[in-house]
Amino acid sequence: MSTNINIDVGYVAQLARLELDEPTRNRLQHDLESILGYIEQLNELDVTGIEPTAHAALLSNIWRDDVDGTSYERDVMLKNAPAVIDGELVNVPKILPGEEMS
Amino acid sequence: MSIDVKSLTIAGAAALLSEGKISAVGLCQAYLDRVAAVDGKVKAFLKCDGERILAQAAASDSRRAAGKPLSEYDGIPIGIKDCIVSEGESCSCSSKILEPVVSPYDSTVVARLKAKGFIPMGRLNMDEFAMGSSTENSAFQKTCNPWDIDRVPGGSSGGSAASVAACEVPASLGSDTGGSIRQPAAFCGVVGLKPTYGRVSRFGLIAFASSLDQIGPLTRDVLDSAIIMDTIGGHDARDCTSLPDACGGFADAVITSRGGDLKGVKIGLPKEYFESDSSDGVKNGVQSAIDTMKKLGAEFVEVSLPHTKYAVATYYIIATAEASANLARFDGIRYGARDNSAEDLLDTYFKTRGKGFGDEVKRRIILGTYVLSSGYYDAFYLRAQKVRTLIRRDFENAFKQCDLILTPVTPTTAFKFGEKKDPLQMYLADIYTIALNLSGNCGISVPASLEEESGMPVGVQFIAPAMAEEKLFTSAAIFEANRAEKDLTATL
Repeated sequence: MSTNINIDVGYVAQLARLELDEPTRNRLQHDLESILGYIEQLNELDVTGIEPTAHAALLSNIWRDDVDGTSYERDVMLKNAPAVIDGELVNVPKILPGEEMS
Repeated sequence: MSIDVKSLTIAGAAALLSEGKISAVGLCQAYLDRVAAVDGKVKAFLKCDGERILAQAAASDSRRAAGKPLSEYDGIPIGIKDCIVSEGESCSCSSKILEPVVSPYDSTVVARLKAKGFIPMGRLNMDEFAMGSSTENSAFQKTCNPWDIDRVPGGSSGGSAASVAACEVPASLGSDTGGSIRQPAAFCGVVGLKPTYGRVSRFGLIAFASSLDQIGPLTRDVLDSAIIMDTIGGHDARDCTSLPDACGGFADAVITSRGGDLKGVKIGLPKEYFESDSSDGVKNGVQSAIDTMKKLGAEFVEVSLPHTKYAVATYYIIATAEASANLARFDGIRYGARDNSAEDLLDTYFKTRGKGFGDEVKRRIILGTYVLSSGYYDAFYLRAQKVRTLIRRDFENAFKQCDLILTPVTPTTAFKFGEKKDPLQMYLADIYTIALNLSGNCGISVPASLEEESGMPVGVQFIAPAMAEEKLFTSAAIFEANRAEKDLTATL
């Protein structure tokens, strides 16, 4: 683990698809440096040969029978969509620049 | 008969209902009246639809009149934290980004409660996406501690704890990712259980950190906690981390243990939890609990959980990493609020998420994204997972020497609004609760005493090995029946 705290909150926010105004970015930059400074203490530990724990439930390979069943109705699930086309499709904003879809 | 909600528990209400002394409509109306009277001060509820609740209560009374109640609990209301979905009700997680969403289905826990006739009552306030320890991070309102409305109720299940402490509901459901049931339970003087990871289905729990999240009850006493656990626990095919083992009989075990003592019970006191700084009120509360249990015949031994000091750092890597992935789905496309001022799809993501999430959620998404990003994954995330193994082993080793572990729940009693401004200071206050979520053990917070200076409640935490809820419940109930402080009802 690097001992130099090196985080660019503006860049990470881009990765996380978060728009931040400048005061928020500055505030979070300060907070994150302080939090990462604290987290660095994990460097003190020797973890050579220790298996990682990904999950508290020590289960693996959970299978279910492959039986078909009914799922939720489309109109019910689309009720929460912010914009819908003809009651059957989620309306998504323009993805590529250029002509409008007809 | 007139109904005094201040003295009612689930078990008590069930007895009155079965004796025909009260009706479900009367019971729910009494709680709705209480909400109308005190929630202006407490602000535990985001929503509470009285008409809907009374309609369900009337249906319950009809079932009972026909001799076909769904269970002895048919007609008893229960509050639900806003991250646990209930069909036809909002589920905002106290976040603007999910404010318009209405759940099309029931979570497994709500479905199981309904199957026994419990009536979901209202949507309870929380820290946004369960990220916080004071409920100050709700996008909508600040919930107050019923013991002192200048103080926080704790968090993130602050609405769940405050509503029970204020007798607005007999019990509620919360969720616990790093202490979010046990800490507010301690701050508000109620009982809060974090079950063993995998005991309670997470289907319909809006995910914060999937490997740590667990739903559990907040109640006025240990018996009620066992009753709710009997109802909501057990395997669910819709949650692939759900444990296959049988889960139930806890209420019967508590009733059978009544009048018993703690002879033969070995309780570990982890030295690391007693070396760190706790307030005098907390220390005295824990000491009084130890004294009470010694008189009941319990044997105390010192144990060690040597990696305790690394638990907070480990947790904030793992929990935020999982959160950054879980919260990626909130993008304004399929559900929730969408910012319509955006130019294109990418801009829609940026603006929707930038406006929809509060500061603490952004902070954690950024931390989680960072620790998972290329070049940092091994240094932070993988290392934290390895330390998680060490923390889990600490508990396994400690439980070779004892049946239960007893600790404080929080370093202090409930603090005042705005007192903890620095996020890291807020995180460090989770030190006593957080390791259990990493290890998966179960734990219960039980009120022990009142702090002399402030009059605020102090809780103690009983910790048991994974799957040992029965031991947890029976020992906690025996302590509860014998604790020095008898009256732990907030005077609002």
